Amino acid sequence: MKMSGARILVESLKKLGVDQIFGYPGGVVLPIYDELFKAPELRHYLVRHEQGGVHAADGFARATGRVGVALVTSGPGATNAVTGIATAYMDSIPLVVFTGQVPTALIGNDAFQEADIIGITRPCVKHSYLVRDVRELAQTIAEAFYIASTGKPGPVLVDLPKDVVTEETEFVWPEAVSLRSYNPNVVAHVKQIERLADALEKAKRPVIYVGGGMIAANGSAELKKLAELTKAPVTETLMGLGSLPTDHPLNLGMLGMHGTYRANMAMSHADLVIALGARFDDRVTGKLDEFAVHATIAHVDIDPTAISKNVKCHIPVVGDLKDALVKLNADLKKRKVDWKGNRADWTAQIAEWHAANALAYAKKKNVIKPQFVLETINEITKGDAIYCTEVGQNQMWAAQFLKLNGPRTFLTSGGLGTMGYGFPAAIGAQAAFPAKRVFDIAGDASIQMNIQELGTAMQYRLPVIIVILNNGFLGMVRQWQQLFYGKRYAYSCTEFQPDFVKLAEAYGAFGVRVTKPDEVKGAIEKALASGRPAIVDCVVDREENVYPMVPAGAPITKMLLA
Amino acid sequence: MAAKHRHTISVLVENKFGVLSRIAGLFSGRGFNIESLSVAPTLDATTSRMTIITVGDDKIVEQITKQLNKLIDVIKVIDFTGDDHDHVEREIVLVKINAEPSNRAEILRMVEIFRGKVVDVSPKTYMIEVTGAEGKLNAFVEMIRPLGILEVARSGKVAMSRGKKSLT
Ligand SMILES: Cc1ncc(C[n+]2csc(CCOP(=O)(O)OP(=O)(O)O)c2C)c(N)n1
Ligand SMILES: [Mg+2]
Repeated sequence: MKMSGARILVESLKKLGVDQIFGYPGGVVLPIYDELFKAPELRHYLVRHEQGGVHAADGFARATGRVGVALVTSGPGATNAVTGIATAYMDSIPLVVFTGQVPTALIGNDAFQEADIIGITRPCVKHSYLVRDVRELAQTIAEAFYIASTGKPGPVLVDLPKDVVTEETEFVWPEAVSLRSYNPNVVAHVKQIERLADALEKAKRPVIYVGGGMIAANGSAELKKLAELTKAPVTETLMGLGSLPTDHPLNLGMLGMHGTYRANMAMSHADLVIALGARFDDRVTGKLDEFAVHATIAHVDIDPTAISKNVKCHIPVVGDLKDALVKLNADLKKRKVDWKGNRADWTAQIAEWHAANALAYAKKKNVIKPQFVLETINEITKGDAIYCTEVGQNQMWAAQFLKLNGPRTFLTSGGLGTMGYGFPAAIGAQAAFPAKRVFDIAGDASIQMNIQELGTAMQYRLPVIIVILNNGFLGMVRQWQQLFYGKRYAYSCTEFQPDFVKLAEAYGAFGVRVTKPDEVKGAIEKALASGRPAIVDCVVDREENVYPMVPAGAPITKMLLA
Repeated sequence: MAAKHRHTISVLVENKFGVLSRIAGLFSGRGFNIESLSVAPTLDATTSRMTIITVGDDKIVEQITKQLNKLIDVIKVIDFTGDDHDHVEREIVLVKINAEPSNRAEILRMVEIFRGKVVDVSPKTYMIEVTGAEGKLNAFVEMIRPLGILEVARSGKVAMSRGKKSLT
């Protein structure tokens, strides 16, 4: 049957099992919106800003593991989406973003609302397409989803000129996609896995260092088996949090700039570091020449470019992480090793580092400590929640203090560090899981970067709870200025703030402010009970710092402690 | 600092629009200059072959070649730099030169020594074509420079492995 490009888009999305998309209309995408109008089974969330739309699709993708979908118009719609796309790219999140484009005949003419979005986003997409002929549309959409979701995932942009969506052709859905230049199904080499198993057998002081690749590969169950079998401790990057439950006895917590004392000490004294879907980011390694100097480095990653990029790798294993772990575990199980005995000294050493309890903070009776708010949330949810974060101190405290039960429950902009990510991402996660409790742990500054999405949350009854750790500062900036710029707080104090309670109320959301520690729990419980989107504005100790902290460029053993 | 070398990289790509800018972007995004670049379809018209010359830190060039491989439209990449890549490199240069009666004989002698060809003649000018490796072309241009060069156009290199090895 002949169909318009717009209809083909909608039918293709249905074929792909897409049932929720986040978008914002405009001139050139009106034919697509007209088709969406006729396809109510494909739920469209009207966001309030395209950046929010892409973050929402991203939150949906991180929470579910499925491809997130966003739709925006040409020109300003497309440029507004760029930060969302770059955020997803840096964290390898599978998205397909459809952008409207002016008709093909006008491209390059500075037509009304024209932007070269392919050119603008080229360095921050996994791939992109400008569809020039409606006959290529179905195939292109199939390829876009295939590329976004396989291999190392990432955002794919599909630019749709107006004439392409209005012209008609026969709808032919490609049931299978294969590309000769793209072979994402990399299976790890058995020989390399054997070398890794040998190294693990010999190691006295191993550390498993887990990144976001573990979440993407859905490898948590295998990771748990590996750690438990070999009694090897696990440390997670910001992106890897939740791979192992926070309270698992082998979990050392996060490593790096704001990592735990024991995690950083363990990395620095290890004789074997097994990096699993991690990329030795500068926030993790600190000073490179002093990073894990005693260790043999093994690295399992789907992305060959991640291997030996920053730190020389001795045992590279390129391949799908979950598959590699299944094979590694099978190999290790066959070996007769006294794992527990071998680890006794190392385990004792780590326990000693743990006793230093570097996350301790001084509680105060009349002032709310931000860490206390997070501990209170743990108490209420028992980990049964999805947490999103903004960026800054709030993000780091959330990473340090929230207790996670498993993967896909901690959604944060790690690579790009995008303020304004958390709230729209929470909307996407809540849309995916209506029955779950979803929190956005926010800073007073970050939350104002996409606060307009309260409208979206209200319209679609998505009862996200925003907990603002309100210090009246661009807190993380202030912390750096305090520590490294002689306390000169240049433009890091938000001297004016809206009344967040009234702001929530103006949208019809629930709003409450707390200033005393003993009010925190009740306020969060009330927010949860309201059944509405809510802002819990926690006025916290203004100059509290995130510790431990490794100054940028210092070795990770040189932690500033509280 | 790691060693800096000149790298000759051949890339087999899908012959699709936008490929060139994606590839160039990988270099420019790292502040790398592409010294020369040549592109043309291969026997299979759906693919093109690019030859890129760049100078840089070996480790970073290795990163770039890995990144090139990661681009969706790239089918294969070879970095010819290094001993295990015995290969042939060729380039073509066109030179337009002042051809006064007084220096014509000298020009023709040079053209012969370098096994070039005169491909265009006008009352005042010759256009000369020479092919070969970079060093030969440089030497030719230097030799005839004193005779009054009006214009030079070089093609950028193409490269190919010796023996049975093949990019396609
Ligand atoms: C879009 C964007 N702009 C600027 C920054 C730099 N930055 C990082 S943290 C931060 C302060 C965040 O303040 P707030 O949201 O109040 O969080 P706090 O650190 O106080 O918890 C800034 C400005 C950023 N990460 N993202
Ligand atoms: Mg703040």
